[in-house]
Amino acid sequence: MRWHIAVFLAPAVLVYSALMIIPLFGTLLQSLMNKGEDGARVFVGLQNFATLFGDALWSDAFWNALGNNAWFFVIHMLVQNPIGIALAAILSTPRLRMAAFYRTAIFIPTILSFVIVGFVWKLILSPIWGIAPGMLDAVGLKALFAPWLGKEEYALTTLALISVWQFIGIPMMLIYAALLSIPDEVLEAAEMDGITGWSQFWKIKLPLILPAIGIISILTFVGNFNAFDLIYVAQGALAGPDFSTDILGTFLYRTFFGFQLQLGDPYMGSAIAGAMFGIILLGVCVYLFAIQTRLRRYQF
Amino acid sequence: MTKTFRTILLTSTLLAGPALAETTLTIESWRNDDLTIWQDTIIPAFEAQNPDIKVVFAPTAPAEYNAALNSKLSAGSAGDLITCRPFDASLELYNQGHLADLSGLAAMANFSPVAKSAWQTDDGAATFCVPMASVIHGFIYNKDAFDALGIAVPTTRDEFFAALDKIKADGTYIPMAMGTNDQWEAATMGYNNIGPNYWKGEEGRLALIAGTQKLTDADWVAPFAELAKWKDYLGDGFEAQTYPDSQNLFTLGRAAIYPAGSWEISGFNTQATFKMGAFPPPVAAAGDTCYISDHTDIAIGMNAASPNAEAAKVFLEWVGSPEFATMYANALPGFFSLNSTPVEMQDPLAQEFVSWRGKCQSTIRSTLGQRDQGHRDARGGSRASSGGAGKLVRAAEVICTDGTGGPSAPRTPRGYFWTDERGRTWLHASPCVGTSPCFWPRRCWSIPR
Repeated sequence: MRWHIAVFLAPAVLVYSALMIIPLFGTLLQSLMNKGEDGARVFVGLQNFATLFGDALWSDAFWNALGNNAWFFVIHMLVQNPIGIALAAILSTPRLRMAAFYRTAIFIPTILSFVIVGFVWKLILSPIWGIAPGMLDAVGLKALFAPWLGKEEYALTTLALISVWQFIGIPMMLIYAALLSIPDEVLEAAEMDGITGWSQFWKIKLPLILPAIGIISILTFVGNFNAFDLIYVAQGALAGPDFSTDILGTFLYRTFFGFQLQLGDPYMGSAIAGAMFGIILLGVCVYLFAIQTRLRRYQF
Repeated sequence: MTKTFRTILLTSTLLAGPALAETTLTIESWRNDDLTIWQDTIIPAFEAQNPDIKVVFAPTAPAEYNAALNSKLSAGSAGDLITCRPFDASLELYNQGHLADLSGLAAMANFSPVAKSAWQTDDGAATFCVPMASVIHGFIYNKDAFDALGIAVPTTRDEFFAALDKIKADGTYIPMAMGTNDQWEAATMGYNNIGPNYWKGEEGRLALIAGTQKLTDADWVAPFAELAKWKDYLGDGFEAQTYPDSQNLFTLGRAAIYPAGSWEISGFNTQATFKMGAFPPPVAAAGDTCYISDHTDIAIGMNAASPNAEAAKVFLEWVGSPEFATMYANALPGFFSLNSTPVEMQDPLAQEFVSWRGKCQSTIRSTLGQRDQGHRDARGGSRASSGGAGKLVRAAEVICTDGTGGPSAPRTPRGYFWTDERGRTWLHASPCVGTSPCFWPRRCWSIPR
């Protein structure tokens, strides 16, 4: 009898079910409900989703949020992860002095509360009270300053870069750990064959850390499509200017809880949450089945 | 030390126990700025007259008020007294049976039909909130700055822009403190402030409702053109300037003119160290009739499910009394009493604002919208549940601001026309985003097409 397995698993399974599984299915079920004529809850099938994707009042906002979210993710993939890998590569060079200091300094924003990050950056970039215009002025580049968070064309990119600044420590640490786990014999063998410096990084180290990069990409994907906090703190639930920074998280918040004159609608809110769940599930499945299975792993 | 403290705490709890046995009324409100005034001035005055009723003022953040109140009312956990937004938001609560009919209150006789109109059913049969106050739009200016630069208070638009030019040329002050980041600032303090002079106040508003004018008519578009001209006089980076930023710019003495609502008066009085004055929106030519936005803004009603209905009615009768009107108008200068009894006010700035009622024609805010998904529900049932009776008309000619206050007609899809079940057409557009003290007046977007 393996009863002890069930006993040992029970606490985790119970807590996880109560806090994750049941609410998840509750939300998915609620997304199939809506208010009936008399205000009571009725089953409407996929009608909420039809409204969300087909009714211009909803779908414009949804596609706008999805598009913004995709751009948010693209910025992270193009900026956060390459810089994170580069930082890790630099940190892992044995000749670098004060590596521990840099590592800590770069990681610190990650452990800061998003409220602090959003507020501090809003202050830094404020055209009225901020230090950014003054600093640019000091080096004669005042003309480059714009009220970035207030311009429709820059606001989302600015917020994405703030988020990159905050979370750059995570890819850096994961890649750093992966780089450290490469055995010295492999690198010595490479050196014996005359592969050193950058070509050693590209030909030996990078293939060995590819699985770690894959994990980081999927973590970034899930994190970005669940993002909400930074936008909410910096731009409010209306995700201004004119919804140019509206992502799925803020769209969900406004719909589910209501904001200003908009009243909360738990049914449409659940439908949006369901759509977000579907998008993330799809992304993770693509990674698991199309990418991860093809990644070559090396055993040392 | 800690022990003593704990004992005191425990004792006070015990002492407070019997007090709780009396009736306690809780007030739901979005006016969290007024918390101290309610606690220190208004509630003690009421409790002194009615020792057996205790009142608790429990405000929510303005932006969250409507949503939070609706949840609380549905869950049955809302307070006994509900602060009422004007028009649809409260009418909807009444229709759902959350607000009690207060037509029978003796104090209702103290209010004119116009004062009550924002909190009545369409046929005027039932009044469900006791009117408290209205707010007036205008411009507050830095008197010291005007004196130093030798500028006279502008009465016409030409004088107004000449004054702005002069302030800009001098360079000491930012001519005007307004930002577009929060969007509702430009809609409320901009469009609805200067607009009545263009559409002739009530005349234009009623014509919109009657269907003889459209929002695309010249009188309704012209204020956008004037707003677009403001752009050159706002501070650097006004696109990222928020409402509190604007308030601070003005009260710190860095800006000369502030497009205002009278609700700012009490805050500005405590913060600003310079002399302030106010002027109504300038007219086109000297001698023209001036129009001001004098908006019925705030009222108080009773939760229909309140177990303390008798005590709540006592409180509401008191709110409707001239005594309360005088106290409220003086405790919160800028919130002007709607009571028919004339109220004596001490604050010079508030006196200036209210004096415009004598020389200008009053109207209420006629356009306020918000591009979101909520209004359809506020209109009475979502389209899905009303069986598709409503019809969505996508329109290219929606008037919008481009975030800088300028018109940008060709930009789609920034707004929608929406026809409801009763055949009324509504506009949902992005420039007009409401928050306290903004709301969605009933019928005002109605444009038969």
